[in-house]
Amino acid sequence: MSEWLTNPVFTTWDTNTSLWSNTLITLYMTVGTMLFTALIGVPLGVLLYETERSTSRAARWINRIVGFIVNIGRSFPFIILIIALIPVTRFVVGRVTGPDAAMFALTISAIPFLARLIEINLREIAAGKIEAVQMMGATRWQVIRQVLLPEALPGIIGSLTTTTIAVIGYTAMAGAVGGKGLGDLAIRRGYQSYDDVVMIATVLVLIVIVVLVQAVGTALARAVDHRAQSR
Amino acid sequence: MITLDGLTKVFSAPGGGDPVVALDGIDLGIAPGQIHGIVGRSGAGKSTLIRCLTGLEKPTSGSVSIDGTDIAALEGADLRTARRDIGMVFQHANLLDSRTAAQNIAHPLEIAGVPKAERERRVAELVDLVGLTGREHNHPAQLSGGQIQRVGIARGLAAEPKVLLCDEPTSALDPSTTRQILELIRDLRDRLGITVVIITHEMSVVREVCDAVTLLEHGKVVQTGSLLDAASDPHGALAPELVPLPPAPTGIDALVVNCSYGDSETLRTSEDLVALAERRGARATIVAGTIETIGGRQVGRVQLALRNESGTAISAAGLAAFLQELDAAGVVATEVTR
Repeated sequence: MSEWLTNPVFTTWDTNTSLWSNTLITLYMTVGTMLFTALIGVPLGVLLYETERSTSRAARWINRIVGFIVNIGRSFPFIILIIALIPVTRFVVGRVTGPDAAMFALTISAIPFLARLIEINLREIAAGKIEAVQMMGATRWQVIRQVLLPEALPGIIGSLTTTTIAVIGYTAMAGAVGGKGLGDLAIRRGYQSYDDVVMIATVLVLIVIVVLVQAVGTALARAVDHRAQSR
Repeated sequence: MITLDGLTKVFSAPGGGDPVVALDGIDLGIAPGQIHGIVGRSGAGKSTLIRCLTGLEKPTSGSVSIDGTDIAALEGADLRTARRDIGMVFQHANLLDSRTAAQNIAHPLEIAGVPKAERERRVAELVDLVGLTGREHNHPAQLSGGQIQRVGIARGLAAEPKVLLCDEPTSALDPSTTRQILELIRDLRDRLGITVVIITHEMSVVREVCDAVTLLEHGKVVQTGSLLDAASDPHGALAPELVPLPPAPTGIDALVVNCSYGDSETLRTSEDLVALAERRGARATIVAGTIETIGGRQVGRVQLALRNESGTAISAAGLAAFLQELDAAGVVATEVTR
């Protein structure tokens, strides 16, 4: 037990060894990534949905092009994406290592994932509800704001939760660009240095974070869900 | 109030098949303040017709005029403005689950840019009008089917439209709720003077609430007119649907004749038919039939069992003479062959 308590993983705040500072880094990368991902991914999901059902030729083309880019984004193994993005990261973030650089790659990877989930959420809204509001003389923008987003909100919260958990998993690979975080700590100190204590401690913290995120997500989704329970 | 002129809608079939003619030159006029039923089987063109009335579907040719505005010719902002004069009620109400009853009713007013205070006043009025007091802060999931449709109707009326279009408004409801909703629609028409169009496949809806009725078949108007005219015209296609003949009872040892009456000047009731038979020396009994009073006039389809006074069978010549007299008086009569 004393061997546990004296392990530098618990006693230091150095980002090379500490469980605590790396937990904060993982949380920082996850929150930051999700902020940008939600900001871009949700509108992109709406765009995919809107251009899909539009009859205009231009919209169909936009749908095909955006859909293709989203598919490419989703096909990249994350570790390859981080490396492939290095020149872009340098241009956007200003440096190619550290949590911020990792966050950029994480965001690029999470946006297409979230956008597809949002598109699925929106497709579940009955066409009749949209037509009913169009019949009131609503503009396309009013339909998005007053029908699509509020009606799909429980599902959208579910998609954000799922994406957040996926991002937490991906942060483990941020170590490849010196991003640090729990996953990086587990690989370097736990796996490569044969330190079981570090390995177990990081995994436990990750489990706690994921369970908490899921619980909050589920509670929020339920709170805004006014549909009948059976439906 | 509503005038359709040569309304035609052709859907091109995917994959280069034969195009589908959903509406084929519909001419129709609906008077202000009327409740007009549009009936027909599935695929007759009812849904396409209502989608053309709302501008959700563009007609291939012809015009759709509502209160003098040609809906079919409008686009964009003009169409959106015109739609505010049309209220719409759907089969499944299509309320937003994310809004309470009151918020759903207020929705058309929000879109029309009505200020909040005015909106709240109007919603309170509508809640009262459709009999939803006490339930206005419930979400649709907490309401019964009938209450949901009341919210749907209140929402349809919120922006004070000139026309209320109802697409199968009672098809998802049980019989007693259906009756309540139809009473509500008629009551609202009486109080607000609004023009109502009801699309339905249920003849009982037409019988209970409509002033006029149009029968669509294969995208064409087969018959149109006032409810009384349609029901009482034994030669028309609607009469047998509006006043259906029950199945003939079995085990009758007599000659049975089907009679449809309604617009005859001399034979106005089922008793007149029996009296006519008796004048000709026969004994007549009504063995099956539907008799309705529509607009103060008796409309019926009855089966008469006929024997001679002595109990013997009626001769072919006697039957022919009887049928001819009925026909001359405007009653459609045929012998039931067994």
